[in-house]
Amino acid sequence: MTAAIEVRDLVTHYGSRLILDHVALEVGSGEIMVIMGGSGSGKSTLLRHLLGLNRPTSGSIKLLGQDITTASAAEMHALRRNMGVSFQGGALFGSMSVLENVMLPLREHTELDEQTMAIMARMKLEVVSLGGLGHLLPSQLSGGMIKRAALARAIVMDPKLLFFDEPSAGLDPVVSAELDELILKLRDSMRMSIVVVTHELDSAFKIADRITVLDHGRILLTGTVAEVRNSSNQRVQDLLNRRPRQEEIDADAYLRRLTGG
Amino acid sequence: MSYQVQQESGYAIVCLSGDVDLSCSPEARKTILASLSRGQHTLVDLSAVSYIDSSGVASLVEGFQTARRKSLRFGLIGVSAAALGVLELARLDKVFPIHATLAARLEADG
Repeated sequence: MTAAIEVRDLVTHYGSRLILDHVALEVGSGEIMVIMGGSGSGKSTLLRHLLGLNRPTSGSIKLLGQDITTASAAEMHALRRNMGVSFQGGALFGSMSVLENVMLPLREHTELDEQTMAIMARMKLEVVSLGGLGHLLPSQLSGGMIKRAALARAIVMDPKLLFFDEPSAGLDPVVSAELDELILKLRDSMRMSIVVVTHELDSAFKIADRITVLDHGRILLTGTVAEVRNSSNQRVQDLLNRRPRQEEIDADAYLRRLTGG
Repeated sequence: MSYQVQQESGYAIVCLSGDVDLSCSPEARKTILASLSRGQHTLVDLSAVSYIDSSGVASLVEGFQTARRKSLRFGLIGVSAAALGVLELARLDKVFPIHATLAARLEADG
């Protein structure tokens, strides 16, 4: 399988704090990779680096063969034609209609005829079950509809790479299941390579070809759904069984944090 | 992508081949709309299409809508599995008249 995404030895910091610690990851062409982990595990930071929004301390990130840690602005712009992102909160422009929001990437990256762009955007609204609602403003949509509109915008250019941040967060189980089905269809029909960041176990197990489990900035395990379920790693099992962390406490360090000493 | 147009059994048949994507779908659109603007019943043959993206499908949609406005016959023939998957995603397989071959289309025309 050809790698659509190749991360090698990625180290990142926020200030002096180590966030990602020598992370390595490959996502194959046409593969759905789910990145899982608890809060503070580094999964959102990893996503931001995959999108080229942050510069790492060291390491390389190749998207479709292009190393984005060294890519020029022009190279990144060209690469973004092949990338779609659906952010957790939707990130739609509130002053534009849903249709205008979905058409934005086409206006930014193509010189297609206006009618062609409008048909493409309306088709993608049909795909996400928002057909005929393009005239609405984002403020007139429910949480689930905003997620779907954001997904329509993310896929309007038929990207080779689709990144999806917390597709199920805040959604009822039915809408969440529909989004999962849609992600599977996108892989199968459009041959997209898809990275989904989530902490929803049910969703992860349903859609993943493989799962990467992050914990404290390190990859605990990358494997198939069965491999993750059957892992003997205690932290993986804690995450799967929603058990709280049983960490050793360094009394001196803890007191220093509390007293500011 | 490459294309050719041939006349057969009262139809202009636009045969597309290769990848129909953002870089060439405007040409496919122009060809389909030109055929319809000449008042010709038009079929688009997709049997040699290895990939078609949304911009290509949008050209087919616009062609179909234009044909309906002009009361001309329009349809797709030889839709490859790759193209069918893209059409199915937007449920357009239930919208376009789709036939395996020209002969099948002619039979359906009666």
